[in-house]
Amino acid sequence: MTGNSLWIVRNLWLIPALPMLAAGCSAFLKKSERTLSATLAIGSMSLSLLLALFAFLQMLIDPTRQVVSFAWLRFGDQWLSLGWLLDPLAAVMLVMVTFVGLLIFIYSLGYMAHDDNFTRFFCFLSLFAGAMLGVVIANSLLLLFMCWEVVGLTSYLLIGFWFHRPAAAAAAKKAFITTRVGDLGLLIGMVWLYAQSGTLIFYDNGRGCLEQSAVAGLAGHVTLFGMAVSTAIGLLIFCGAAGKSGQVPLHVWLPDAMEGPTPVSALIHAATMVAAGVYLVARVYPLMSAHALEVVAWVGAITALFAACIAVAQDDIKRILAYSTVSQLGYMMLGLGVGGVAVGVFHLITHAFFKALLFLGAGSIIHGCTEEQDIRNMGGLRRFMPVTFLTYAAGMLALCGFPLFAGFWSKDAILHAAHGWGVSRGPFYLGAIGALLTAFYMTRQVCYVFFGQRRAPAASVMPATVAAHAIPADQLEPVVSARLGEVCAIEDPHESPVVMTRPLQILAVFAVFLGFVGTPAWPWFQSFIAGQTAKFDFGGFSEPGLLSIMLVSSLIVFAGLAFGWWFYGRKPILHATDPDALERLQPGIFHALANRLYVDEFYGVTVIALMRFLAAFSAWLDRWIFGGAVNLISWLVKGFGWLDAGADKFVVNGGFDEGCREVARGGRLFSRLQNGRVQTYLSVLAAALVVLAVLLLWGRRG
Amino acid sequence: MNPLAGCLLVSALLFSVGIAGALTRRSAILVLAGIELMLNAANLNFIAFWRFGPHPEFLTGMIFVIFSIAVAAAEAAVGLALILAIYRFTRTSDVSEITEMKG
Repeated sequence: MTGNSLWIVRNLWLIPALPMLAAGCSAFLKKSERTLSATLAIGSMSLSLLLALFAFLQMLIDPTRQVVSFAWLRFGDQWLSLGWLLDPLAAVMLVMVTFVGLLIFIYSLGYMAHDDNFTRFFCFLSLFAGAMLGVVIANSLLLLFMCWEVVGLTSYLLIGFWFHRPAAAAAAKKAFITTRVGDLGLLIGMVWLYAQSGTLIFYDNGRGCLEQSAVAGLAGHVTLFGMAVSTAIGLLIFCGAAGKSGQVPLHVWLPDAMEGPTPVSALIHAATMVAAGVYLVARVYPLMSAHALEVVAWVGAITALFAACIAVAQDDIKRILAYSTVSQLGYMMLGLGVGGVAVGVFHLITHAFFKALLFLGAGSIIHGCTEEQDIRNMGGLRRFMPVTFLTYAAGMLALCGFPLFAGFWSKDAILHAAHGWGVSRGPFYLGAIGALLTAFYMTRQVCYVFFGQRRAPAASVMPATVAAHAIPADQLEPVVSARLGEVCAIEDPHESPVVMTRPLQILAVFAVFLGFVGTPAWPWFQSFIAGQTAKFDFGGFSEPGLLSIMLVSSLIVFAGLAFGWWFYGRKPILHATDPDALERLQPGIFHALANRLYVDEFYGVTVIALMRFLAAFSAWLDRWIFGGAVNLISWLVKGFGWLDAGADKFVVNGGFDEGCREVARGGRLFSRLQNGRVQTYLSVLAAALVVLAVLLLWGRRG
Repeated sequence: MNPLAGCLLVSALLFSVGIAGALTRRSAILVLAGIELMLNAANLNFIAFWRFGPHPEFLTGMIFVIFSIAVAAAEAAVGLALILAIYRFTRTSDVSEITEMKG
């Protein structure tokens, strides 16, 4: 332990430990103890929020980085240390995770009220929150990695929460395995970093692996293809971040992860866990060389555009949001790549609020529409769900980057940084087109869901969608599913209970106003992350190119909104089966986008086919080569055993039996002498006497 | 033929009679009597070798024979008691029928 005496720093571990403890306790609860488990989860989260706010205040007073390390285990002659740290970045993340998490916990009370496995749900949520907070405060790449893996585990558990639905079980596996691919890179990077610098502690009074001496040493070494070691390690760590944050080659799991309950989608797959990758890159930022950051920026920009394209043609309300999340994560990576920690993390924080809001709003819509998720079967919900509509609209405008909303400031900072990037203008153009598409697809979604008139789901479509989306699909008979569809079609949607709408309203306030902590005139957030104090100065806007970029991005947003309105809002969509406006215009492109640009299919015929082949080959190898060798040896051993048994039976036993028979025969012979007649013995004696006498006489004569 | 040889001859005859009786008689009592005869033949030998030996002045042979006769009397008593016990058990004293100890 270091000698610093700040209470909050020394006890920072309580923040992740409390939700973990709550998870541990509620794991032992019975299914019926719903209130207790929810109390545990929400109570522990509230305490964590209080502690996080306290830590945040501490950072406001004194923004220097505080670390606590302790020796954990020894191997060889080295001690492996773990520890936690408190710096402005961690403090901001702590407050964000605990605050958004708490709101989502409360929302879950309403959303999961009818679920049988309520206690299990809160147990997993608490475990997730604890692990995520552990990721945030970790001062050691190893500790971060451990929490990271627990986060991945809870993600798996929660995606597969309704595991009796085959789609959910498959999505859980897909998420787990896809992120594993990235985590392998992270693990290799971690081992390499340890081998090079001898420590995994980030900051350790000059000895940590992110501090000047270690980073300089890493940058000095050159490895494969002329890369600096720090570039290689940075890229490997970025692999892990890309897996967790759904960057392009590994993004396929995130849309499928929407099979989980909606609060999970909001908490894990929009606000916090997927941001962990961004946080990781921000945390190891000193390690990221310029070349590594180029890769990060390009991957982020491509992801931003790619996912935005796919989102245009999706029909599932949560899938649209999922692709939008992937796209926004791309923006964050782009921000980290071109602009530094503050730019990327600012978007992370604002995005966490408005994306959680959007997901919770989507959950409210789904809840109100009796588990309907297809936007074509909604329409006109504005009248039935006014609170949800208003908050959703706030979130949507924030996501689009509508001027003065939270997303505007953070996305604009990214675009501005990308515009000023010395290496290439490419990422800027990709990001700008992505912003246009973002405004477009969000308008499309809102028009479909809230405007127009209520559309009865087509009879032919309905049972299939209900079977796919209703919670306990296997518990409902097909007949019941069909009836559920009718109920949904006939009954008007209803507004959600207060326990669900209140978090929406709170989040909406943040979605609108949070951006003002990081405007060019008052860049408080950026300064706070950098450990400086911000000055209020409208001169910030006079930076060259800034105003024009803002103007351009505002125009882009307006254009996107206008296109969206032109295609979807101008004429109300009358029937659920009507072809999409874009589909009428460009059926080929629309179908390609609707099928997610065939990435899954591409993986199916390449990576997965290769894996299947390797598996079949391994099975063949196992069965015939290794199995054959084992069988051969077993046959040999059996043969030896058989020979041995033969030798034993016929040779050894035979000899022994013969000996025994001889002894028995001798015994019989002698027993004949022992006939029990005294006189026989006596006559033998007499005969012996005679013989002796004869012998004596014979001896005298001889 | 000196007196010692005569004595030994008598003793040998006595022994032969005793062993013949012991081997041929079926009655356990007569077998016992044969054994007594053989014993007495041995006693006669003791007396003869003492009387005609180098030191007839010491009474060694006589003492030996008196002891031997006493032991023989005890032996006869034990033998008869055994025969009586066997008779009670088997209802016979025919030694050829008493084959309990057959191996």
